[in-house]
Amino acid sequence: MLAQLVFYVFAAVLLLSAAMVISVRNPVHAVLFLILAFFNAAGLFLIAGAEFLAMLLVIVYVGAVAVLFLFVVMMLDIDFTQLREGLQRHAPIGICVGGVLFAELIMALSHWTMAPAGVSVPLQAAPGLTNTAALGTLIYTHYVLLFQACGLVLLVAMIGAIVLTLRQTGSGRRQNIEKQHARTPEETLVLVRVPLGENVLEQGGFLRPQTSYYDTAVPGSYGSTGQPAVEKEETGA
Amino acid sequence: MTPAIAPIGLGSYLVVSAALLVLGVLGIFLNRKNIIIILMSMELILLAANLNFVAFSSAHADLSGQVMVLFVLTIAAAEAAIGLAIVTVYFRNRGSIQVEDVTMMKG
Repeated sequence: MLAQLVFYVFAAVLLLSAAMVISVRNPVHAVLFLILAFFNAAGLFLIAGAEFLAMLLVIVYVGAVAVLFLFVVMMLDIDFTQLREGLQRHAPIGICVGGVLFAELIMALSHWTMAPAGVSVPLQAAPGLTNTAALGTLIYTHYVLLFQACGLVLLVAMIGAIVLTLRQTGSGRRQNIEKQHARTPEETLVLVRVPLGENVLEQGGFLRPQTSYYDTAVPGSYGSTGQPAVEKEETGA
Repeated sequence: MTPAIAPIGLGSYLVVSAALLVLGVLGIFLNRKNIIIILMSMELILLAANLNFVAFSSAHADLSGQVMVLFVLTIAAAEAAIGLAIVTVYFRNRGSIQVEDVTMMKG
């Protein structure tokens, strides 16, 4: 009885906040309602017994994705009143499509049964394991290739986002990779025998490598010109 | 072992998930010009799919549904990152994010 009550509360708040996400005027408020929706979905996950996924939803969605949305909404200086012009025009079509879709889904749900073959071989967790441990045993054994593919997808997304938004400016530090790889330890490393109990400053200050970053910097990028003079002053201090 | 959602029933979860999906689709129709709201609506749709996966996984005591939710979460995060990166770059180039203006690649 209590589970039902909690379920209805979470479901109602989830649907209300989802409705607010798509209808609220200010996009910052929309993102905040999206966060509320994610929290309530995490509650529904908890009721269904998926504790790990509930925590993952809170951490990944609320902590990363929704905050990313918030950053973008706040950073871009957009005239949002102009963006809402077509709302009245598109509303009837949207409500028609949504109503038809919902009616179809309800009709499908009410006349539906699971095929017995579909549940014949469940990947059941070993008894006594917590939800997290059971998921771990499954991910690292049965679904290990998919798990690796997920990592690859995230890597591609990360590289893609960086490549898309990277701007080449004069203040960026870039290395000439061949020069950097051709360096040897003898060029850069100096071993100094420091007497016990002596201050570093008495030994001539902090030593810097003879051929430092500025040799490998790409011409035109930050640090490729004019910087070594400053470097020497620091060494002498 | 009785599933955790036995007192609530699979049907309630499916109805909530269907309503969430419909709200997401409605959001795409209502905010045709604002691509950020469209991306958020896509997140809602994926959340509805996740809810379905979790409900079935719990009802059948079969953990593979929850593994699928893990993968869907990954894809959704990647999609949000790339989508917002494209929005940022487009705004930098054009000074607006009007979806209807995005016709530069039309022949």
